[in-house]
Order: sequence, then C-alpha cells, then structure tokens
Amino acid sequence: MNFLGKLDWNAIPLHEPIIMGATGFMVLVVLVVLGFVTVKGAWPYLWREWLTSVDHKRIGAMYCILALVMMLRGFSDAIMIRSQQALAAGGAQGYLPPEHFNQIFSAHGTIMILFMAMPFVVGLMNFAVPLQLGVRDVAFPTLNSVSFWLTASGALLVNISLAVGEFSKATWWGYPPLSEMQYSPGVGVDYYLWSLQISGIGTLLAGINFVTTILKLRAPGMSYMRMPVFCWTALAANLLIVAAFPVLTATLAMLALDRYLGFHFFSLEGQGNQMLYSNLFWVWGHPEVYILILPAFGVFSEVMATFSGKPLFGYRSMVAATMTICVLSFLVWLHHFFTMGASANVNGFFGVMSMIIALPTGAKVFNWLFTMYGGRVRFSVPVLWSIGFIVTFVIGGMTGVLMAVPPADFQLHNSVFLVAHFHNVAIGGVVFGVMAGYNYWFPKAFGFKLDERWGRASFWCWFVGFYVAFMPLYVLGLMGMTRRMQHYDNLSWQPWLIAAAFGTAIILVGVVCQIVQLVVSIRHREELRDVTGDPWNARTLEWATASPPPAWNFAFQPKVAGLDAFWSSKSHAQATREEPAPPRNYEPVEMPKNSATGFVTAFFAVVIGFALIWHIWWLAGVGMFGAFVTLLAFSFRRHNEIEVPAEEIARFVRAHQAGVAA
Amino acid sequence: MRYGLLAVVLISAATLGGCEGVLDPKGPIALAERQILINALGIMLAIVIPVILATLGFAFWFRASNERARYRPDFTYSGRLELLVWSIPGMTVLLVGGVAWIGAHDLDPGRPISSTVKPVNVQVVSLDWKWLFIYPDEGIASVNKLVVPVGTPVSFELTSSSVMNSFFVPQLGSQIYTMSGMATRLHLQADHLGTYPGISAMFSGDGFPDMHFTVDAVTDDKFAQWVRQTRETGSVLDKQGYADLVKPSRAVAPFTYRGVAPDLFGSIVNAGMGTQDSHQDASLSVCSTSQRAER
Repeated sequence: MNFLGKLDWNAIPLHEPIIMGATGFMVLVVLVVLGFVTVKGAWPYLWREWLTSVDHKRIGAMYCILALVMMLRGFSDAIMIRSQQALAAGGAQGYLPPEHFNQIFSAHGTIMILFMAMPFVVGLMNFAVPLQLGVRDVAFPTLNSVSFWLTASGALLVNISLAVGEFSKATWWGYPPLSEMQYSPGVGVDYYLWSLQISGIGTLLAGINFVTTILKLRAPGMSYMRMPVFCWTALAANLLIVAAFPVLTATLAMLALDRYLGFHFFSLEGQGNQMLYSNLFWVWGHPEVYILILPAFGVFSEVMATFSGKPLFGYRSMVAATMTICVLSFLVWLHHFFTMGASANVNGFFGVMSMIIALPTGAKVFNWLFTMYGGRVRFSVPVLWSIGFIVTFVIGGMTGVLMAVPPADFQLHNSVFLVAHFHNVAIGGVVFGVMAGYNYWFPKAFGFKLDERWGRASFWCWFVGFYVAFMPLYVLGLMGMTRRMQHYDNLSWQPWLIAAAFGTAIILVGVVCQIVQLVVSIRHREELRDVTGDPWNARTLEWATASPPPAWNFAFQPKVAGLDAFWSSKSHAQATREEPAPPRNYEPVEMPKNSATGFVTAFFAVVIGFALIWHIWWLAGVGMFGAFVTLLAFSFRRHNEIEVPAEEIARFVRAHQAGVAA
Repeated sequence: MRYGLLAVVLISAATLGGCEGVLDPKGPIALAERQILINALGIMLAIVIPVILATLGFAFWFRASNERARYRPDFTYSGRLELLVWSIPGMTVLLVGGVAWIGAHDLDPGRPISSTVKPVNVQVVSLDWKWLFIYPDEGIASVNKLVVPVGTPVSFELTSSSVMNSFFVPQLGSQIYTMSGMATRLHLQADHLGTYPGISAMFSGDGFPDMHFTVDAVTDDKFAQWVRQTRETGSVLDKQGYADLVKPSRAVAPFTYRGVAPDLFGSIVNAGMGTQDSHQDASLSVCSTSQRAER
C-alpha cells in the first residue's frame, strides 16, 4: 500500500492553464497576506485577539470575512459558467471542457450555499444576537470558536481541491448513483463529502449554542415577546439547524460508506435506493433554505423599523409567521422532485404545503409595508437593500409558488427557470439581506460607518445586474433550456445567454464597488467614526453600548421593560430631560478566557479530511488523535474565565461618555 | 415595479416572438400545463404587482424629507389590517392550491390519456449518454429518435441503465425521472405533425449536454411505414447488442434495431434491482418496482 494513498504528483493539474492560473493567484494572495502580517509583526496580535478569541463579536466578524472571501471564489465560478454558456452555442464548445465545467457549477452551488451564505448568516447572528439580548457572550464561547474554525476548515478543503486533485463533478446535491464510486471514481466527491461533513458539524454546534443562548441567556426582563425580531428569526433558524443538519451528516455518512467501504445504501447494485438519498438530502435541503432566509427576514425587520423611525408593524404577527415557517419548512421537501413519479396525492399534498409557506411569508411582506406606512423613511444603504429585497423577493416567491404546482413543475423542473427562481430568492432574499445587515451592523462592529456613496453604487449594480442576469433565464427556461449544459445546439438561446452574461458583468461591478467601499471607508474612518454608539437612531440593545463594544458588551447588564428596549430608554431620557446617570459603582466582570482549542481542532480536522480524501489512513489516524488530545486538554483546563477589573470598565465607560459629549 | 413588469414583458415577448419550448405546446398534456402556468401566474400577479407598487409608493411618500406625510410612530398594530394581511395571501394560496391539487390529479404522469385510439407502448431506457426507445408491440427499437403517430396516446414505461436522467419533450409536456431498478410511467400525445426536440433534464455526467433526441410526430400511415422499414434493416438488439450499446458514448446519431430480445426492458429494470436473473424473480420485481414508482 502506498504511503501517501492516492496522492501523487499527477494530482496537481499542471496541464490546465485556467486552474493553475486560479491556483497561482490564490497562493499569491495568501502569501501576500501572510507576508504583510509578518512584516507588520502582527502575528501575536492576530493570535491573541482573533485566532484564539472566543468573543462572539470577533467570531461573528471572522465568519463574515470568510463569507466575503468565499463569495469572491463562488462568484468567479459564476462568471465562468455564464461566459461559457454565452459562447458555447451551436457547434462551439466554449473554453471549458465538460470535466472542468461540471466541477465549476458543482463548486459554485456548494460554495455559495454552504461557504458563503451560511457563514454570512451565522456571522451576523453571532455578532448581533448576544448584543440584542443584552448579554455578554453566547452560552458556550469556546464551542463557538470551534464551530467557526470547523466551518473555515471545510472552506479550506474546498479551496485545496482547486490545486490538489479536483472538486466534485456530481452537482452540489451529489445525487447517487452519479456520486458513487462507479461513476465518480476521482477524489472530487470525497472533497465534497468531507468539506461538508466538517463544516456541517461546525454548523450543528453553532446551532446548539445559539438555541441555548436565546432560550437561557437573556437580559433580565426580556421575555420571549420582548425579544427583537432578529433574535426570533435566529432562534427559528437555529432550531432548524439542530433538527436538519444531523440529517445531512447521516446522509453524507451513508454515501461515504458506499464510496469507502462498498456499502449499498444508494448504489445501483445490492438493492440500493437512489431516491432515498434525494429524499434525505432535501429533508435537510429545504429547511436549509429557511435557515438562510429567516435571519435575512430578521435583518430586514430591524432595518425597516430603525430607518422608518417607528416600531415594527405587527410584531406578534411577525413572530407567529417566523415560527410557522420554521415548522412548515420540514413538510415540503418532496417538491424538489415531483418528477420522480410519486402518486398524484403525494404530489398534490406537497404542492399545497409548499404554497402554504407563502402565507406567513406574504404576511411578513405586508407587515414590512405597514412598517414604512406612517414612518419617516431614511434612504440609507441598508434600506435600499431592504426595498430592493421586497420588490425582488415577491417576484421570486411568485415563481416559486408557480413551480409548487406539480403540473407546472413537470415542465419547469431542472430548467433554467428554476435556476432563475432560486437565484431570485437567494440573491434577492439572502444576499440582499446579509448586505443590509453588513452595512447596518458594520459601524457597531468596527466603530465607523461604511461609505454611503460606494454602498449605493454597489446596491444599484447588484440590483440592476440581478435583473439583467436572471430575467433572461426565466425566458430560457420556458423555451425549454435545462440547467448545467456545457454546450447547446439551439442558437435562438444564445442572445438571452449573452444578456445574462452581461448582467453578471454588472454584478461584478457591484462586487468591485463593495470592495472599494470597504477600502474607502477604512481610509476615511476618522470622518466616518461613530462616537455615540447609535449611528442610526436605532431601537434595540446592541446600540446602547459603544461602537465597537468592549469585550464585556455592557458595563451593567441592561434591564428590559418592553419591546425596543433601547428606544424606550432613549425616549424616556428625553421626556424626563434626565442628566446622564451619576457614576455608579462598577463591578468586575468575568469573561471567558481565550482558547486555541477551536483553531487547533480545526487544523486537525483539515488533516483528517485531507487524509480521508486521499486514502492516507495513517494520517487520518494522526489527525483524529490530535483532535482528540486537543479536546481532552481543553476539558482539563482549570481556569475558564478571566476577571476584567472594575477600574478598566469604569475607564472605558468614561472615555465613551466623553466621546459622546464631545 | 419596472423590473416586475419587465419580467412580464420578457415572458410575453418570448410568447410572441421565438415561440418554442413550453410556450409552444403540441399535445394535450403540454397544452393543459401551459394553461395552468398562465392561470397560476395570473392569480399571483393580481397580488404581486400591487405589492410592488405599494412598496415603492409607501417608501417614496413616507420619505423623511416629505413634510406632507403624517408621522405616526405609534401605528404599530391594527387588528383589521392583520386580518387583511393574512387573508390576502391566504386567498391566493387557496386559489393556487386548488389549481395545484386538481392539476396534480388531472395531469398525473401515470394517468392514461382518455382516447378512442389504442395507445402506442414505448419503453424508454436512458443510457450513458443516449436514449433507447423500445417498441415492445412492434418488436423494434431505436436510439435517440422517437417516432410516434400523431393523435395517438403514447404510453411510456421508463427506466435507466445507469445514473438518473429525466425524460423530457418540452412541447409534449411532463418530464419524468428515469431511475435504474425502477420503472416510471408517463403518458403523452402529439396532436400536430412535426419534429420536436427531446432532452435529458437531469445532469448525468460528461456526455449530458449531447444527450438529446428528436420526436417525429407522423401520420398513422407514415408510422406504419416506418415500422415496416425498421423491421427490414439494422441489427437485432439482443444481449450482445445491448452490452455494446451500454458502453458510454456521446452525441450518438440516431439508428434503429430491426428486432429486440423479448422482455429486454424487464431485465434492464431487474438488473438495476440487483436480483438473480431467474425469470420468475424478474417478473416479480418488475411488477413491484413499477408499483412502487407509481404509488
């Protein structure tokens, strides 16, 4: 047996100029970043303040940075897909051969859902939820760090697949038998399997952490019906994570058993059943959609209320709608394969159930409308994303309900109409949502606002670009074009695909504007500085503390007497013309100690994943042992907390108040 | 709003202009499905367009700089509005849900098309990466070319020799999965003479983009003539012929077989089931899988 399993020099695709170019670029960027950190001597700072940090705000920010980086990777794939399809009409083959094109769309889907949207949403929840609840951290801070680093490990494995070996060619859902050893003998599916398994465990741990945090750690007085809506949507999303991700883990484990040990869960031989995989995959996959969109709904609710200068309309109705969607999302998975030939009753049931989800969703849209009604709407960047969302999302919702009609789905299933639909809700819903949240909470996280002008430019490019890119796909779907075509014969499709590619170029300008926005904002951070801690005149508790908040979040734990706790305390102070409260006696705060557990465990997780992908069994053993020892060492740690002295807290509060007064 | 309308304009442009695919039905199933598409879309546009207009209107009128708009920071709940807010989407769902439930039954792929004409039976096998059509009653077979008499229901039985595919002729209607070890059912009919493109609508590997076929809808006479001609030329699809055919190949030009081994389709389904090759077992498992697929 080979010492390095299946790994040899042939694994590096030296003969593929596109892949090697991308790899070279990636390696160069990593080297530049590492070099910069080294030259600046920032390693101790980075290690102390970020890599080993268990502060939920830092972890949240790192999730979002990971998401932004992976968005660039996934978006490069999108550009290649759209340009290939714009070129490869008639006899033309475009510039990507099938074996490369098939990897690209598989990677695009996997990355955008699991390594872009997921980390972004989890990152926003990580940052905002404890602050909104008025608490100092999540329930299990070190576990939180482990979750993040496991997600990052998965993302790293996906990126390694670019340089060493290949990625899956069996689509992002990896249906067997195509993903079985017989039809996908390469390491691509194994990269897919282990990167999803590792990041999936991270996500599951994050879900457990957040459900516990929201249920058990809230500021005194914050009953369930006083929680900000974003916390409600976070609760719903994390309940879904806890219920759905184990299904994914089990399903992928079964596929791994098929591939590694010759089991027959889904294989062609030995009575395997491929539709079992499809069912299980979507039992996870459909709730996953709501794991992503519900927190986005939460962001829009916060943004709409804040920038309309009034409370969210129909708060109870919103909570009810959120929890209804949470439950219903488990009852619709079969609409992903109406065409498998189930009976009319089964199809009819799942069709109607899918539509019923439109009911609470529709109620939410109306509630956002009435939030604006009678308000004073300030058109800052987060509001632009939110209004763009409503307009776009109702169209996407409509085409979704259309495809929930089984006979319509018999015609539209797997067509590019479907591709247009889910991008309509994924971009119009999730991406617009995380962008709204990014612009909204950035000043809280870093102490200065993002530049408005570049933010607007980015929004308009994304908004217009989305329509130019995806409306043609709706038309093409009706014209009978199916998805995942490396080339096609029908020349009448080509003009539409060129239009779609042009739309992608507009979105690219939007992405560039976002990068410029960040750079410009960092350079002008002194002018954009937020000294008040409340730059938007907002309503919830995260704005009651300084920007950026201190590690301990709140000097005193806030006491909550109603919905929109911060808003009522502000209006109360105004009404009574109260002087700022006299200095109180600050008390020392116990904060969780930094821990390298997450980082080290994740390092071993990458080792395990890489070893399993390449069948290097001894290395997998080493990785398992390392991860086990790391966790063991952590469990023997004696001191879990450090005390922040009262003077330090007092000093921080005085400095903040002086800033506000100035 | 502009863009919502843009979508509608684009769709109607496609309807009027390059009429093809789902929008240009050539049979009863596709026609009914297009009608359902239009009905459901119409019902939903009646609510979606006003919502988009209201969003833009509210945002514009209640902009912070508009002095004439009344600021009502306490307008946070209204029982009547809540009722409205839940009942409008509720009514839409009721209507479209009705369309879905009835449509799922009327257009169930397994449901035979009621007709006075006796249906033609076709057994479809998806291979890497081509389509095999077996005419069990005529005892012939063809690859990547399906010939059917116009105005006659076609009763399909479908399976796959390898990975999953989806059999789809957009202008005739409903697609259905082909899965190894299972047999699915589909009923279609062409009402107009012509040649229609057919595809696989489920990604199946490297040869997938070339995995298309044509459907020739011809008169009864022409069909009978085609059957006669086919019986006279080409080879026989026996065990050896099938073993050759199964080998992966791309962009295969259409050809025909003058004869087919009896119950080839059943043995393909059976091979997918992974059971023994005894005849009794075969018939049993074919029966149970097709039932499983239909249930």
